[in-house]
Amino acid sequence: MDTVYQFFLENLTEIYLLVFTVILGFEVISKVPTVLHTPLMSGANAISGVVVIGAIILLRLTPSDNYLMLGLGFLAALLGMVNVVGGFAVTDRMLEMFKKRK
Amino acid sequence: MAIAFWINLAFLLAVVFFVWGLRLLSSPDTARKGNILAAAGMGLAILATLTMPMEGASNNYAWILGGMAVGGAIGWVASRKVAMTAMPQMVSIFNGLGGATAVVLAMVELMNLYNGDSHMEGGQLAISLAALVIGAVTFTGSMLAYLKLDGKVKDKHVTLPYHQALNILMLIATLALTVWVYLQGSGAGTNLALGLMVLSLVYGFSFVAPIGGADMPVVISLLNSFSGLSAAAAGFIYGSQVMIVGGILVGAAGTILTVLMCEAMNRSLLNVLIGGFGGGGSAAAQGDQTVREVSLTDAAIMLYYAQSVVFVPGYGLAVAQAQKVLKEVDDLLSANGVDVKYGIHPVAGRMPGHMNVLLAEADVPYPKLLDLDEANEALKSADVAVIVGANDVVNPSAETDPGSPIYGMPVLRVWEAKNVIVLKRSMNPGYAGIQNPLFFMDNTRMLFGDAKKTLTELATELKNM
Repeated sequence: MDTVYQFFLENLTEIYLLVFTVILGFEVISKVPTVLHTPLMSGANAISGVVVIGAIILLRLTPSDNYLMLGLGFLAALLGMVNVVGGFAVTDRMLEMFKKRK
Repeated sequence: MAIAFWINLAFLLAVVFFVWGLRLLSSPDTARKGNILAAAGMGLAILATLTMPMEGASNNYAWILGGMAVGGAIGWVASRKVAMTAMPQMVSIFNGLGGATAVVLAMVELMNLYNGDSHMEGGQLAISLAALVIGAVTFTGSMLAYLKLDGKVKDKHVTLPYHQALNILMLIATLALTVWVYLQGSGAGTNLALGLMVLSLVYGFSFVAPIGGADMPVVISLLNSFSGLSAAAAGFIYGSQVMIVGGILVGAAGTILTVLMCEAMNRSLLNVLIGGFGGGGSAAAQGDQTVREVSLTDAAIMLYYAQSVVFVPGYGLAVAQAQKVLKEVDDLLSANGVDVKYGIHPVAGRMPGHMNVLLAEADVPYPKLLDLDEANEALKSADVAVIVGANDVVNPSAETDPGSPIYGMPVLRVWEAKNVIVLKRSMNPGYAGIQNPLFFMDNTRMLFGDAKKTLTELATELKNM
């Protein structure tokens, strides 16, 4: 249990951030109309590509001769970036089609 | 000092852009701007991560930029090429990639710990294991969802006898192994962590295996939420606020959509995950069982002289690639002063809101697309309701027959329109395999044939009037 107490106390700011983001997320997203559910999902999907940040941090900190780690980091950066670029681009393509009466 | 200030300001702005972008995504007028804003936030966060000062960093920019360039190019090409009908597949793959990234990151951190290259607090170890497990389940679950949506894998190919019981056992085993690895601390070793990864990968596959095609909107939403949670967990590993906020926002979006989809089918999440529709041995529809057909010409006349028409498209429309022809029929009717609207059920299509995108692609302006409540209001005064490739979402049994497997599911009350025309390939029951009494009602007329062919012929008839 001690480690749990310690983790909680040491990461208090992050935990506050977590709680308020959950509340904020539900508030912001629950208002999205049915028409936009697919773009919302693919846009949110692109945002989940934020893991690419982790890949960049990992690669920057990896010693330049540790090829296993470099390879894994490279893979993570690649996969994350497919998600980011593909996600935002396809969402834009979809939203471009939503038009009002001409 | 100054550089740290600017870097952190950039991260803060990125977070604001994410939230504000999602906010703008909630209205069709501003949605495109919202998406661009969120993308700008992501660009800002990536730039800040690349340039922030890091103690003892060897940087390896060639590896970073190389990976990002290749991934970015693949993502760009995929986003240009994908057909709108294939959006659910694409989102599934992207969900899976997000999960896979989290797996790789968590695994690297764990390997560093077990090799003695780094030190982790208890809480950080727990978070790393969470990122590993959730990411792995998201990855294989999404990949199987993709294969199923694409028709490459049929339900019966991947479902074992007593699969639900097996899944519950596997879930317990995965959780138990996670706790056990955690309790071993830094002594667990890389092999044990790899074992946990493999078990999670197998569980992800197995948990999606028995879920039927009609439940896909729920599964995709759920996996979307998981991909966000795995990103947030990875954010805790690196102490990155922007990752935590981004991940949690996605988790919230996925959770809300999951709940909405479950409500739209009047089923609990648990029921979707372990249930699946039973055989549906409900009592047959009462009354006379004759269906009345209508000729193309009569249908065309009925539509042409109507005041208001509501189309109810289902996935059958998308399968037949008939959206554009439907829009042509709409144009011909609108030119004659008919008020044309579309009634869209929340689970029409293979992912939340899918049908709206397909119709938008065919140039139908979005104010014509009515959601469930608006459509039911419009149907009360509509002269003709035209059902194209939909079935279960217009089944009156959902309201009248407590024995029906879909009893309680909110449906489009098309039978309240003065006339109903059903475009249908044959009398086969729909996806869920449930008989639909709508077809036998007095004001219903059947127009058999392939949706695209029938609509094309209907358009020709209308042109000749």
